[in-house]
Amino acid sequence: MGDAMKIEQICKSFNNDRTRLMDIVRTIQETFGYVPPEHYELIAREANTHRVEVESVVSFYSFLSDRKQGGVVLRLCNDIIDRFKGADAVAEAFEKELGISMGETTPDGLFTLEWTACIGMSDQAPAALANDTVLTHLTPEKVPGILEALRKNPDPQALVAECGDGGNADPLVKAMVQNNICERGEVLLADNDPEAGLRKAMEKTPEEVIADMKESGLRGRGGAGFLAGLKWEFTRNAKGDGKYILCNADEGEPGTFKDRVLLTERADLMIEGMTVAAYCIGAETGIVYLRAEYAYLRALLEEVLNRRRAAGLLGNSICGRDGFNFDIRIQMGAGAYVCGEESSLISSCEGTRGDPGDRPPFPAIAGYKVAPTAVNNVETYCCAARVMDKGPVWFENIGTEHSSGTKMLSICGDCERPGIYELPFGVTVAELLEKVGAENAAAVQIGGPSGQMLDRSQYGRAISFEDLPTGGSIMVFGRQRDLLEVVDAFMEFFVDESCGYCVPCRVGNVLLRNRLERIRNGKGIPEDLAYLEKLGISTRRMSRCGLGQTSPNPILSTLENFRPIYNALVREDRSGLAKSFDVLRAVEPACELTGRRSVIFHA
Amino acid sequence: MAEKLTITIDGVEVQAQPGQTILDAADGAGIYIPRLCAHPDLKPIGSCRVCTVIVDGRPQAACVKPVADGMTIENNTPELLEHRRNLIDMMFVEGNHFCMFCEKSGNCELQALAYRFGISAPQYPFQFPAKDVDASHPDVMLDHNRCIMCARCVRASQELDGKNVFQSIGRGFERKIGVNGERDLADTDMDVKDRAADICPVGCIIKKRVGFEIPVGERKYDHKPIGSEIEEGEYV
Ligand SMILES: Cc1cc2nc3c(=O)[nH]c(=O)nc-3n(C[C@H](O)[C@H](O)[C@H](O)COP(=O)(O)O)c2cc1C
Ligand code: SF4
Ligand code: SF4
Ligand code: SF4
Ligand code: FES
Ligand code: FES
Repeated sequence: MGDAMKIEQICKSFNNDRTRLMDIVRTIQETFGYVPPEHYELIAREANTHRVEVESVVSFYSFLSDRKQGGVVLRLCNDIIDRFKGADAVAEAFEKELGISMGETTPDGLFTLEWTACIGMSDQAPAALANDTVLTHLTPEKVPGILEALRKNPDPQALVAECGDGGNADPLVKAMVQNNICERGEVLLADNDPEAGLRKAMEKTPEEVIADMKESGLRGRGGAGFLAGLKWEFTRNAKGDGKYILCNADEGEPGTFKDRVLLTERADLMIEGMTVAAYCIGAETGIVYLRAEYAYLRALLEEVLNRRRAAGLLGNSICGRDGFNFDIRIQMGAGAYVCGEESSLISSCEGTRGDPGDRPPFPAIAGYKVAPTAVNNVETYCCAARVMDKGPVWFENIGTEHSSGTKMLSICGDCERPGIYELPFGVTVAELLEKVGAENAAAVQIGGPSGQMLDRSQYGRAISFEDLPTGGSIMVFGRQRDLLEVVDAFMEFFVDESCGYCVPCRVGNVLLRNRLERIRNGKGIPEDLAYLEKLGISTRRMSRCGLGQTSPNPILSTLENFRPIYNALVREDRSGLAKSFDVLRAVEPACELTGRRSVIFHA
Repeated sequence: MAEKLTITIDGVEVQAQPGQTILDAADGAGIYIPRLCAHPDLKPIGSCRVCTVIVDGRPQAACVKPVADGMTIENNTPELLEHRRNLIDMMFVEGNHFCMFCEKSGNCELQALAYRFGISAPQYPFQFPAKDVDASHPDVMLDHNRCIMCARCVRASQELDGKNVFQSIGRGFERKIGVNGERDLADTDMDVKDRAADICPVGCIIKKRVGFEIPVGERKYDHKPIGSEIEEGEYV
């Protein structure tokens, strides 16, 4: 079959629907190893859109490519956690063995080597993806063996000699990933009674379910901590047919890997929670937005959906109730952190690039395909099912006054026992550090790069919405670490992940990173600190979405909590020359032309 | 017709209509809120953020935020002036702007804003990115060195011309305006009579063979600063 015919078939398999453009180009990428620009026109025609729209989507997502990639694409996590665990040496080993640099493809077309942002394996770093297969605990020594095996058998799945625990060993998953569950809380990881929440919800009216949800005090686990019951009420009351339930499984904040464990171990609970939401909102369609990095969990999730359909828990007349119809599809992401932002997530589900939208309107009023839409995190839906089973009072009594329930924390970095800790809200940082074996930590990053970095004096603070909110990411840094290297890596992350829509985030982050690097190179002056502060505050205040509003946090929070580190690096400059001006480099071309060195300016 | 609403901008009470944006309401009252990506004939998208005001304590883009009765808005504050100045500087250093050689000079909204803010040189280091010039089209030039990614062209083509000549491609600092053609503007159905051809606030989309038709010194912003027309109530 010719390429054009294959593409036509792929488009047809998604009903030539432009809102499925993401799936169309993803499938084309899987089939051809890239999305060939010479076929953009054809794709556009088949998917009822414009050529430039196809280019717009392909150029937005980092897992999509307009250049032919290798049969095996190796994506190494470049987060600071992995770097501190030796990711650079692993990368070097790959480069040496393959004879290419990061970002390149081998001439034989077998391998592409790339850096990628956190893949959600921070407790088993250094980690990488070989196509959809996860490789953990990499070392430079393992690299030649991995490549030899892949040369013999290009299916990366064959690299998995031993599976991880729990659902990781399921025949549909077969991943070397470990759950590393270190503490099970009573809400999510303790044993639960399957479908009890859904059953009990259906004994009540939708209004009663919403009242219970509100009473429980359940706040969103993925973002701003909005009351789930209130969001559901807005969505229920919003005018419009064909409402939607979206589950945010994008888990992009570096250092967060708790949704990965819930998806592996509690997929039924999550879908049960979505079904409860559908029941009280009156939605007939749900979407689970699964980040591309977790493609290895897709077959398992599809199986869970199928099993539930067969058991009458999804589809028409759920649990035999006439008129209660709800089904779910999985939408794969394609490598974009910003797509975890709810309006970007919706755009992405609609098959466009993931630029965030304006609010208002909120998704509850006009979300997916402009219909009222509830977007919640994986953990939020899991909690919701448990609230329905055990009752709002039970849930409300766990945690603190304004933060009910437990929180799934994913802890990584310089500690003895990285992994998953499900703990009641209110647990202090000091208590956490004791549990993970890191009492001597020099700094703790709460909430990932978009959160804040704490010094030792703040370890008495508590994980909660009122004090230290976090989607789950907790990174521990020991005394041996250069904290500004951490900050630099975080800024690099935001530069890479900014969608570029608005000026402050598109430009501000680049300027912030550049100035920070200058300081780290010993070329900073004291005025640079005020420069960083002012620029950081402008970026935070003027940016359009949560990404830009939090991206200066690594710099701003360390300027506040670790000022002496900066002070030690900057030096008064007496030369009279602007620091940004490298005179030696500026005279270089002139020296080359004249064939002699400068009399005044020379090394 | 629904009732009028009252909002307060820097302590001044302003009447507004339901459904209006803060920017429209302010324009109607002769209060200038600086802006770049907004255009009266286009749907607002809130990309430049220059129009950011503080609404009941929270920063909001005035061009997209609808008015609500009783809103208290800060516009002309030292804090906002500084942030806006910083944004203008950012737009200068992210591209390559050599005003003295630019056909748009004097008619350019970015340049005019810089003058209004008293900027003679940006405080941030120039990034000198490598950008293309697309001169393929017989009548229209596209000089990406000067693009500020306001997407006016994207919107004008879709909303006013019924076409789809432009769209954003790439992301982050590498984001740019792409064209709906095999390679360049000549491959699209762009026409010099399209609204998209003369809606660019800066000198990125330039018509060929009309350069310097209006002499420097007699151009739009040569006599009065940008925004004066609004402050003098001449704006419709
Ligand atoms: C840049 C950015 C990235 C985000 N990423 C995620 C994510 O990966 N997962 C998630 O659940 N929420 C993420 N959020 C928050 C979502 O916008 C949204 O608030 C959340 O999904 C709502 O669900 P919840 O109320 O259950 O937390 C992100 C927000 C921003 C601004
Ligand atoms: S803040 Fe950043 S990510 Fe958000 S819209 Fe602006 S450029 Fe895009
Ligand atoms: S586009 Fe405007 S700011 Fe840029 S060079 Fe031309 S006149 Fe100057
Ligand atoms: S080409 Fe002009 S109108 Fe289009 S985005 Fe760039 S600056 Fe705006
Ligand atoms: S997998 Fe590398 S930090 Fe998360
Ligand atoms: S004019 Fe409002 S964001 Fe540009």
